[in-house]
Amino acid sequence: MSPTDGLVIAVPRGALMRESLDLLDTLGLDTSEVRSNDRKLLFEEVGIVTMRPSDVPTYVEAGAADIGITGKDVLTEQADREVYELLDLGYGRCVMVLATRAGKDPIAEALRRLGVVRVATKYYKTAQLFFEATGRQAEIVEVKGSVELAPLTGLVEAIVDLTATGTTLRENDLVVREELFVSTARLIANPVAHKLKAAAIDDVLGRLRAA
Amino acid sequence: MHPIPSGTRDVLPDEMRELRALSDALRGVFETYGYGEVYTPAIEYDLGGIRIGGDAGVYRLFDDHGAVLQLRSDMTVPIARVAATRYAGVEPPLRFSSFAHVYRGVRPHRGHMREFLQAGCELIGSPAPDGTVEALTVLCRALDATGLRDYRVGLGDASIYPSLMEAVGVQESRRPELLDHLVGRNFVGLEHAADGLDPLLVEVPQRRGGPEVLDGLPGAEGLRQVHASLEPEVAARVIFDLGLVRDLEYYTGAVFEVYDASIGTPIGGGGRYDELMGQLGRPMPAVGFAVGIDVLHEALTAEERPG
Repeated sequence: MSPTDGLVIAVPRGALMRESLDLLDTLGLDTSEVRSNDRKLLFEEVGIVTMRPSDVPTYVEAGAADIGITGKDVLTEQADREVYELLDLGYGRCVMVLATRAGKDPIAEALRRLGVVRVATKYYKTAQLFFEATGRQAEIVEVKGSVELAPLTGLVEAIVDLTATGTTLRENDLVVREELFVSTARLIANPVAHKLKAAAIDDVLGRLRAA
Repeated sequence: MHPIPSGTRDVLPDEMRELRALSDALRGVFETYGYGEVYTPAIEYDLGGIRIGGDAGVYRLFDDHGAVLQLRSDMTVPIARVAATRYAGVEPPLRFSSFAHVYRGVRPHRGHMREFLQAGCELIGSPAPDGTVEALTVLCRALDATGLRDYRVGLGDASIYPSLMEAVGVQESRRPELLDHLVGRNFVGLEHAADGLDPLLVEVPQRRGGPEVLDGLPGAEGLRQVHASLEPEVAARVIFDLGLVRDLEYYTGAVFEVYDASIGTPIGGGGRYDELMGQLGRPMPAVGFAVGIDVLHEALTAEERPG
């Protein structure tokens, strides 16, 4: 048996990948092939599947992977996924922020004169819930690419986006107005695997807590 | 193009034959145990605000007098209504089974349909532990009859966490937040919310396994009694799961869910609803379960696949 007792683990590609693999190394998994081959997606012999972070809850919810690693930003946006959130892994720290162009706050101005603020984001539900919860009317514009462009072109007054260092915001002359929440990497589990593979999952959980 | 609503589907003859055979296998066992089949309307009046079928949205419509109708989202409440009205003078226990489509306003995706067929049993007027033991037995015998091999029944108790919070002295005001995290399956959030409180509040709901997970736990006497009365073949299917919550406002005691290793979604579930009959005017303890025919079929198909 493998060091994780045959569990299938969904590993996020992108910013969380290296630290996720470092963590899996501490469990005794050999992740060298995953690191060296960035076209291959399924590593059956070590029980690793790789995918973009926002797909991790999809695979784990359906049981195509037993456990997975993804960001809290993804879990917040996909809050209706039926997965267990087991552990805050601590790395991949980012902040979900509300940002606008520097200078006079265009959000207050839009709300005062137009009654509604236009907000561009990749995190549609997160933004919608945030404005509902804070009692402000917002028109959420969902974009797929660089969100920073939207306020610069006059498409919107504000953006809701994830930022790690704030560099991209600064380079585009944007400033953070409010912080929504801090996001870190989380370990999630399929509800059925959580029962039927309880020993294997608890073992991984225990060793990750100690790591 | 003539689309059908998302979360619904057509069933064609080859599949229908298999689904029918599956229903027949279940029905045979239900009848053997004395659970006669009933049928109730797909549309009902709002039964005094009783939340049915958990958090999933209920479809509501108006009739031509402006009365609010709802599409049934489970069979437990309609059958409880039948028991309280049509069987008002009949000595309990009452046993009913049903095969009916139910409707839920969910975001349709794999394993979550807006219309789906449920097979279920309700045992009304039989208290814990005996009623619970009977329900679990019928459930397992019925699944055995379909040929499903690798299933397990997760068994918990909706009263365990509330009594634990009581026992370790959690303030009233902090309890809803803890329960929300538990229902949301968010142990990270639970750990934050329980910061500074008794560590058992985080540790207990993560316990799952054999009867040993009940050791030293206040409020687990009911589960121990159930386990002691189960036939060995049924007991062998049970995994205790102290974090299992289905709908804490609806279920009052034992709750259970059916899992199969071949599929990532629960196949069915049930539990005790000892307060519901009282809300309908005929106080009696009750227990029931339902199995999703489509997901059961999917699990059987997956078990057939080699490897």
